Amino acid sequence: MTTRLFGEAVQRREDPRLLTGQGRYLDDLGAGALAAAFVRSPHAHAAVRDVDVSDALDVDGLVAIYTWEDLPERLAQPLPLLIPHPALTHGRTARPLARDRVRHVGEPVVMVVARDRYLAEDACALIRVDYEPLPAVVGAEEAVRGERLVHDDVPGNVGAHLVQSVPSAGGRGAAEEIAAAPHRLEFRLDIERSASMPLEGRGVYARWDADDASLRVYSSTQTSTSVRMALAAKLGLPLPKVEVIAPDVGGGFGVKIMHPWPEEVLVPWAAMLLGHEVKWTEDRREHFTASAHERAQVHSVRVGFDDDGRVLGLDVTILHDHGAYTPYGIIVPIITSTQLPGPYRLGAYRVEFSSVYTNTVQVTPYRGAGRPQAVFCMERTMDRIAAHLGLDRTAVRAANLIQPDEFPYDQGLTFQDGRPLIYDSGDYPESLRLLKELIGWDSFAAEQERAAAGGRRLGIGIGCYVEGTGVGPYEGGHVQITSDGRVHVSTGLTSQGQGHETAFAQIAATELGVPLERVSVVTGDTRRFGYAVGTFASRAAVMSGNAIALACRKVREKALRIAADALEADPGDLEITDGLVHVAGVPGASVPLATVAVLANPLRYAFDDEAARATQFAGASPPDRPPVAEGEEPGLEGRGYYSPIRSTFASGMHAAIVETDPLTAEIRILRYAVVHDCGNLVNPMIVEGQIHGGVAQGVGGALYERMVYDEHGQLLNASFMDFLMPYATEVPHVETAHLQTPSPLNPLGIKGAGEAGVIPVSAVIASAVEDAEGIPITKMPISPSELFDLRRAAGDPRAS
Amino acid sequence: MGETAHEIALTVNGVVRRTRVPGRRLLSDCLRHDLGLTGTHVGCEHGVCGCCTVLMDGEPVRSCLMFAVTADGHEITTVEGLADGARMSPVQRAFAECHGLQCGFCTPGFLCTVTALLRENPAPTAEEVLEGVSGNLCRCTGYQNIVKAVHRAAEIMAEERVEEA
Ligand code: FES
Ligand code: FES
Repeated sequence: MTTRLFGEAVQRREDPRLLTGQGRYLDDLGAGALAAAFVRSPHAHAAVRDVDVSDALDVDGLVAIYTWEDLPERLAQPLPLLIPHPALTHGRTARPLARDRVRHVGEPVVMVVARDRYLAEDACALIRVDYEPLPAVVGAEEAVRGERLVHDDVPGNVGAHLVQSVPSAGGRGAAEEIAAAPHRLEFRLDIERSASMPLEGRGVYARWDADDASLRVYSSTQTSTSVRMALAAKLGLPLPKVEVIAPDVGGGFGVKIMHPWPEEVLVPWAAMLLGHEVKWTEDRREHFTASAHERAQVHSVRVGFDDDGRVLGLDVTILHDHGAYTPYGIIVPIITSTQLPGPYRLGAYRVEFSSVYTNTVQVTPYRGAGRPQAVFCMERTMDRIAAHLGLDRTAVRAANLIQPDEFPYDQGLTFQDGRPLIYDSGDYPESLRLLKELIGWDSFAAEQERAAAGGRRLGIGIGCYVEGTGVGPYEGGHVQITSDGRVHVSTGLTSQGQGHETAFAQIAATELGVPLERVSVVTGDTRRFGYAVGTFASRAAVMSGNAIALACRKVREKALRIAADALEADPGDLEITDGLVHVAGVPGASVPLATVAVLANPLRYAFDDEAARATQFAGASPPDRPPVAEGEEPGLEGRGYYSPIRSTFASGMHAAIVETDPLTAEIRILRYAVVHDCGNLVNPMIVEGQIHGGVAQGVGGALYERMVYDEHGQLLNASFMDFLMPYATEVPHVETAHLQTPSPLNPLGIKGAGEAGVIPVSAVIASAVEDAEGIPITKMPISPSELFDLRRAAGDPRAS
Repeated sequence: MGETAHEIALTVNGVVRRTRVPGRRLLSDCLRHDLGLTGTHVGCEHGVCGCCTVLMDGEPVRSCLMFAVTADGHEITTVEGLADGARMSPVQRAFAECHGLQCGFCTPGFLCTVTALLRENPAPTAEEVLEGVSGNLCRCTGYQNIVKAVHRAAEIMAEERVEEA
């Protein structure tokens, strides 16, 4: 019998390949390809006066050297601005190779192609670029002073400015509500730069087939369909002549949704020009200085509240550092602005951001995408209110939570998809109850006191969030059952470790009533499915999962129709179990899906015994009807698209207990608890894994990871030696509890889960450290030495 | 500016492989690009992430920190050599069972490290397991299931020893 596979902790189908060294990541492909390498700017800001390649020409194995002057018209132009927005009045993007100006360390200036990477780098080292260094702008606050410009034609370095306001029920604005509130607070909160940092960097491998005039490109990307369209446009090729494939991808976490990268257009162009395969694999240093970062923002908060801690008015001004360019638009500060209210019903809310240029690596979404900053703001505010009123921190949150009977709840804002921000479902009070129980919130004070008596400093912290997931516009799925009974599923979005081959197979197997082993899933291959948006914003399960379910339903309906003919039964009486279509309750009369697939495709030629059943003299179709009825198509296959009216909102709450060392100020996380609600779970094991990984990245962001730029715009810690990502010894054991509030917006009732784990961690750790230390924590990440300095400033006798 | 190539012979996964490499060629590049064993991954090329870990004469080494010529005459085991034919090793099976991998990029390094760890210490304590995997980075899993997989692998190996006896 077929089990209901949806919702089961099925083991992953991608694992055997990945565990035996048979995965195929970008650099595992193209054994005979030429290698590309890049000369990159060593200056944060400089004019490029001249490029002298003469010394490089003697390098054995050198094939070609390209500068901006060699680029054809379309490639010489700045790369696309992917997400235009009316507030982004001064959007700027880079050219694939710098023309006369470089704006961050790592910006590509020259491309070299050689027989192998070693030789290509030899040549790079011999190319002399004459730079005239210009003063660099580093940090959002320096940028906004506007004394030096990153782009000469962007006054004040301001790329975008956006204000959103939601009045209170009484029609008053945030300023008015705050002024009239019984209590008021005002403070500043900072988050530093970090980055996605997948263990596999970016990479592109291109094959030009001159005979066929077609291009096949493999890219370590989160969106192969969009890379394909960008390439067709940039290289002037007809779309059907370009195919893009995302092979196994070694992690993305947001950075690989950016596209087309300079290297992503240059490498295919070189392959066409040279008539030879070309590959570029990013090295770690390039990943640090030439891909993308995120997180850096400064927030000024003003809040007014009543005696119970209810927020009557909240006004937040955000300064967002978007680095040297804005190819991905202003999605990050938009998300911060709109997800800031979290699970709370605020009185009046006003949020304003300025997005400014600096001479640093560009900013594009990193897992969480502006939400960690939003939650840091809101949750620090909740803690401040509690401290001010002398109330329990969870009581203040409880006083502000949206209640289960208030859904759908309209926050009155415009979300990142351009649609109204309306929460579809959730149960926040129950989440809070579960979390308090899981971490033992109410008994902690006693534990803390006991520890203090023994000279130990413990603290507990909490952080709550709501996450808009599954943003549109759409995803699609294609499902085909072939005459061997196998089910082939494809969807256009890509995978970077989320177990899509498993989760989507579970959905298809459940919908079609076939064993899981018979289903195979392909993602991110434009040869199989050309229409897609990509994998980001915790959208894959929601979007492609539902699209595949809808495609399966079409195929199932068709299968039942054909089988009903064959079995002389009513389609309504049929069901599919274990790949057999049968009359419900009558196991004897059945027809395998394999046979239905044969019958679905009327044939002239028999290529095997099965196929013979569908040929013209076999009586497969009645002679008085066309073999393929009107409105039908041959084959047992179907396509489905899922295009939601708006996002679905997952939620969660985290809590942690930390210990801070009274002498060294070392911060240790003793316990970490997560309550998570992403609607119906397709595969709980995979969802749990996503949470673990997210929390680990969150811990990195809270305690260890930051991009350290000096005043000249040099990234001082561009290696794994100095950019500290947590090892197993730094990540706490994560205790989880799940709540399942199905989304009413999609057929499967699911919400996204990919980013959740990372979102509230900085807020939670800040809250816990503050509780342990009694010192306000306003900046994250926090290192032991920073905590030590805070202690000293607060007059802690042991910190001197 | 032709480079001098050196003839080397490595025993990789039990098979003697001969190749010619320039002196500066990294062992990781030699395994991946000269011998076609792309299961060994490269995440940093400066010795920190552990993705490139292989076993040299049974000991875990970072193949990005070693020249191929240095490995001349030695025995190398890569992730491709861990399974017993079509049957995955206990460590590999435990990783699948415990969901110890997501994108799989760090996985070969963990598998080699853990294989050596359990060979030395078949029944490690929780602390020894944590210590044992704490030199490898994973950006996906948060390590919780990796740690679980190491314990599970030790358990499977113990069960199989009993069966064999
Ligand atoms: S690639 Fe060798 S340690 Fe990172
Ligand atoms: S599974 Fe992706 S880095 Fe470990």
